[in-house]
Amino acid sequence: MERIFACQVDDLEPGSTMTAQGSISVAVYRTEDGDWFASDDSCTHEQFSLGSESDLEDDEVVCPLHMARFDLKTGKPLCFPATVALRMHEVVIEGTEVYVVVDTESSEASSDETSGVAAGA
Amino acid sequence: MTGMHVVVVGASVAGVRTVQALRMQGFEGTITLIGEEPHHPYDKPPLSKENLSPDAAEATTPLLSAEDLVALDVDLRLGVRATGLDPVSQVVRTDDGEITYDRLVIATGVQPRTLPGSDLDGIFTLRTADDAAELRRRLAARPRVAVVGAGFIGAELASAAHAQGCEVTIVEAQKIPMAHILGAEVGTRLAELHGRHGVGLHLGARFHHFVGDTHVEGVALVSGEALPADLVVVGIGAEPATAWLQDSGLPIENGVECGSDLQVVGHPGIYAAGDVARWPHALYGAPLRIEHWTNASEHGALVASDITGAPAPRAQAPYVWSDQYGVRIQIAGLPSHGNLVHLAGSGPEDLVAVYADDQGVVVGAVVVDDTRAFMKLRKAVTRGTPVTDLDLGGAFAS
Repeated sequence: MERIFACQVDDLEPGSTMTAQGSISVAVYRTEDGDWFASDDSCTHEQFSLGSESDLEDDEVVCPLHMARFDLKTGKPLCFPATVALRMHEVVIEGTEVYVVVDTESSEASSDETSGVAAGA
Repeated sequence: MTGMHVVVVGASVAGVRTVQALRMQGFEGTITLIGEEPHHPYDKPPLSKENLSPDAAEATTPLLSAEDLVALDVDLRLGVRATGLDPVSQVVRTDDGEITYDRLVIATGVQPRTLPGSDLDGIFTLRTADDAAELRRRLAARPRVAVVGAGFIGAELASAAHAQGCEVTIVEAQKIPMAHILGAEVGTRLAELHGRHGVGLHLGARFHHFVGDTHVEGVALVSGEALPADLVVVGIGAEPATAWLQDSGLPIENGVECGSDLQVVGHPGIYAAGDVARWPHALYGAPLRIEHWTNASEHGALVASDITGAPAPRAQAPYVWSDQYGVRIQIAGLPSHGNLVHLAGSGPEDLVAVYADDQGVVVGAVVVDDTRAFMKLRKAVTRGTPVTDLDLGGAFAS
C-alpha cells in the first residue's frame, strides 16, 4: 500500500481533475457533484494524462485525445477507442487533506479482469 | 443468437469496431468480416500524419493487435471485394463467391474524388495504406509537391511533405480554405499556418489539367498559370463507396439512408456504419453523413447494440481533429450549423472559435492547442449551453 498526498480538499474545484505523483502517477477527479475518484493517470488507449487534461461529465471522464470515456465508479471503458478499464484507486480524505491509496501489490493492470466489457453503456 | 451469422463488409474502422463491440456485448454467433485490401485492419488518421514520416516504425498503425483479432473469432476475408447485394435472398456477392447472412453491416466507407488525367505517374489520392506507403517512399526523394485541395487531408499532407524538406504548393478552388465548414474568419486564420511555414497557397485557383506525358510535371490552372510539380496529391473530398450496392434496391443518396438505429430504411437486418451511412444523429434529428473517426467507432457500437439488444450508447457531439505543422486543431459539433460568435487569439496557433445558432445556443467550436478550453466548449455543445453562460472573457479569451 502506498498513500499519495494529492491536495487540500479546497484546492480542487468540483468538476476538475489533477495529477498526483507517488511511485506512480495518479489522476484525481472531483465530480461536479463533489464525489472524489482516482485512477492510474494515463488513458488506457494511448499514453495521455487524464489528471492534467481530461474532462468530467457527471461520473465519467473523457480523454481529450480521442474522446475515450470511462466510468469513474468502476473504471470501465464506455466507448471506443478504449477497450481496457482504468485501474481505479481509493481516495481517502483526512481532515482537509486528500490522499490516494495505491495497491502496490498489483501495480500491473489486470487485463483479464478489465477487458470484455460492453462498449455500449 | 448463437446461430446468427453477421456479415460485415469493410475491414474499416467502422467495420472492425462493429465486430469488437459485438463480441464485447456477448454476441456468440458467427461473424464474417470482408476487407477489400490485403492488409491487417489499420487505423486511418495516421495515414496523413505519422505514417508518412520516414522515421515511422511501421507503415501503418494496426486498429487492434493480432492477438485481439484472433480473440474476436471472426472469419476474416481479406483481399475480397464485395460486388453486389441481394437483400431478398440475403446474399452478398464477392469476387470470391457468395456469402449468405442473417444480419449485414455495410461499412465500405468513402472513396476519394479524383481529377481527370490522374492516370499520369506521380498523381495520388490518400485514403489507403498503399497510398500512404507509396507517398512515404516518394517523399523521401524530396520532390516538388503540389497539393490540390486545402482541406484537412491536403493540409496534413502539405505539412508532412514540408517537414521532410519538400517544396510544397497548395491549390485551392475556394477563396478561403474550409470557409464552407468553418466560416471565412476561422478559415483565413487556419490557412495562415501554410504561409508561416513557407508553403505556397494559391487561393481561388481552379484546376484545369495536369501537365506531363507519362509522369506529371505540373498543375495547370484555369487562370493559365502552371505550377511545376513532380508529385501531386489530390485532396478534394470523397464520395460514399456504394457502387457495389447500385442494383441492390437499397435507398442510396449521399450514402446509405438509415434510421436512427442505423438500419437501412426499408431493410430491417441490414445496417450501415461509418462514413458511408447517412442517418438522423440523435443530437440533430436531420440526417447527416459524418466522415469522422470517432463517428465510425460510435456507429460500430450502436449497430452492435441493436443486434445484441444491449443498451444503445449515448450519442456524442461530432468530433474531429487535425495535426498540422506541429499544432493540433480540434473541432466539436457542427460549426456550419451556427454563426461565429467568439474568436480569440491572434494567429492560427492560439485560435479559439465558438459558434452559436440563432437562439444563441453553442453548436460548434474550433480550438488550436488548448485542450482544456476545447473540452469545456465540447461540453457546451453536448449540453446545448447558451453562449451567454460561457465565460468567454475568461477561459476562452487566450
